[in-house]
Amino acid sequence: MTETPRSESSLSVQAPGRGTGRSRSERPIIFDVQGLAVNYGDFTAVAGVDIDIRQNEITAFIGPSGCGKTTVLRCFNRMNDLIETARVSGSIEYHGVDLYGEGVDPVEVRRRIGMVFQKPNPFPKSIYDNIAFGPKIAGFKGDMDELVEQSLRRAAIWDEVKDKLQDSAFALSGGQQQRLCIARAIATSPDVVLMDEPCSALDPIATLRIEELMMELKEDYTILIVTHNMQQAARVSDRTAFFTVDVGDTGMRTGRLVEFDDTDKIFVNPSEQQTEDYITGRFG
Amino acid sequence: MVSTPRSAGTADMVRASISGRGSRKGGKVFEYSLLASLMVALLFLAILLADIFRQGLGVLFDRGLDFVTSPLSLNPETAGIWQSLTGSVLLTILVALIAFPIGIGSAIYLEEYAPDTRFTRFINTNIRNLAGVPSIVYGILGLTMFVTFTRSIGLGGGVNGRNMIAAGLTLAVLVLPIVIITAAEALRAVPNSIREAAFGVGATRWEVVRYHVLPSAAPGILTGTVLTLARAFGETAPLLLVGAATGFFTTGNAGLLEQTTGPYTALPVTVFSWARQPDAQFRELTAAAIIVLLVLLLTANAAAVILRNRFERRW
Repeated sequence: MTETPRSESSLSVQAPGRGTGRSRSERPIIFDVQGLAVNYGDFTAVAGVDIDIRQNEITAFIGPSGCGKTTVLRCFNRMNDLIETARVSGSIEYHGVDLYGEGVDPVEVRRRIGMVFQKPNPFPKSIYDNIAFGPKIAGFKGDMDELVEQSLRRAAIWDEVKDKLQDSAFALSGGQQQRLCIARAIATSPDVVLMDEPCSALDPIATLRIEELMMELKEDYTILIVTHNMQQAARVSDRTAFFTVDVGDTGMRTGRLVEFDDTDKIFVNPSEQQTEDYITGRFG
Repeated sequence: MVSTPRSAGTADMVRASISGRGSRKGGKVFEYSLLASLMVALLFLAILLADIFRQGLGVLFDRGLDFVTSPLSLNPETAGIWQSLTGSVLLTILVALIAFPIGIGSAIYLEEYAPDTRFTRFINTNIRNLAGVPSIVYGILGLTMFVTFTRSIGLGGGVNGRNMIAAGLTLAVLVLPIVIITAAEALRAVPNSIREAAFGVGATRWEVVRYHVLPSAAPGILTGTVLTLARAFGETAPLLLVGAATGFFTTGNAGLLEQTTGPYTALPVTVFSWARQPDAQFRELTAAAIIVLLVLLLTANAAAVILRNRFERRW
């Protein structure tokens, strides 16, 4: 290893907290998060989040329960708008536009930024209608059958459901339902897919399939994933944000971003002691 | 080796404790007293029904459909319940037309749109209170408001506004809180994950409600509201105040629409007025009318159940 500043690996070591280095650092930043904080009424759920998300990467959010990683994830498609008391401060710039700026339409934001939830939540309708709903309300004019097939193929579930598209989505297994939800999320051709612990309700085999799927999908989409499973973060993500929870004097629990860097670095050589403790299982 | 005697001791203890105890007496006593209270409740109902059927079935068997299709009359030999039956059915349709859109609309607003403020909670609490207000109070409201209203818009007919329109409005207001409560409960039962899923693919609030929440809540809303109609169908007291005829009257050959502005009555009101007649024959007619009323109510409830099952099977 040389001393030149052009050495990429040394750069990444010298700039902890902002993973740079490697060829993927060339990828454009699509989310620039500055000083993000979320309050529920008087309660601060998470504060001090500075992250940049790069295109066609998988970024993982890890950390103990209550550290605010899901809350942060839900800021990216303005899902927190649905919780009345939630108040978001700081800024999330998406392709240079402040997501919480004036005149930004959350409905349009959610069409560009799809979401997959913790528990598979297909609509109580047919498999076909589950996929077709998003494009339909977005005014999709093309061949719906083809779009449905394409989306299901992309989500690696087409072969299992092609003969029963009109059956209820509830007839599928949990893993299939979650892949259906992924297909539903990509049917509106979003730019980003948010995944909130997508495998927490699934068995290891179904989990493996979803992980493989994520690796394929990142060719076309930018993926943000919240996970409790550190191996999962290590396996699939390019970069990892580690959150922790601070307990204040009054017992208030506030989430905080500890470290954000390349996944390899977070898991092999983290800069912060807290990260290392968590990764090695001494905490959390 | 140390453990052997101890485990033998444990085994003896377990054997002794799980066998040879018989049943627990306290529990049995409790069980039988619960059964007894159920029996008492059912007994009264059975006696009541048996008495009604004993008195009323004769009339229904002797006169058959004639009893249903004959007009009201002072002569017990020919008196029937035609105007009461049509009156009740028309009234129920009116109530449904008025109360359902307003009630379900209010419920959707309260559950899906209204912010959770102190004001909203205040409204919700008061809707629950309104559902408990005695129906005679609604009758007085109907008399002072809707009768005047009906008269003032020129639909008073020959009865100064004390007609079916005023009665329909009164009963609609009476059942409105119950419609709102049952519809709101059905909406609340729709899992939030469905809303999130729909919002997540870029649906507007209206699209979420229209395509996901309402279809999911429809069976519950339907059952609840049909049951409210059954309540309106059986209501008597407020109708007495807003002019339901308690005696003989004729509708002549007036059409259905004209009947809504003229004199009217309803099945429970007829039951009430016949029950006050001294003539023993009218007592039998009363029982027969009650049987018709009960059959209609049970049919409505059965319809609610069938509709719910039909809707639920779709997904």
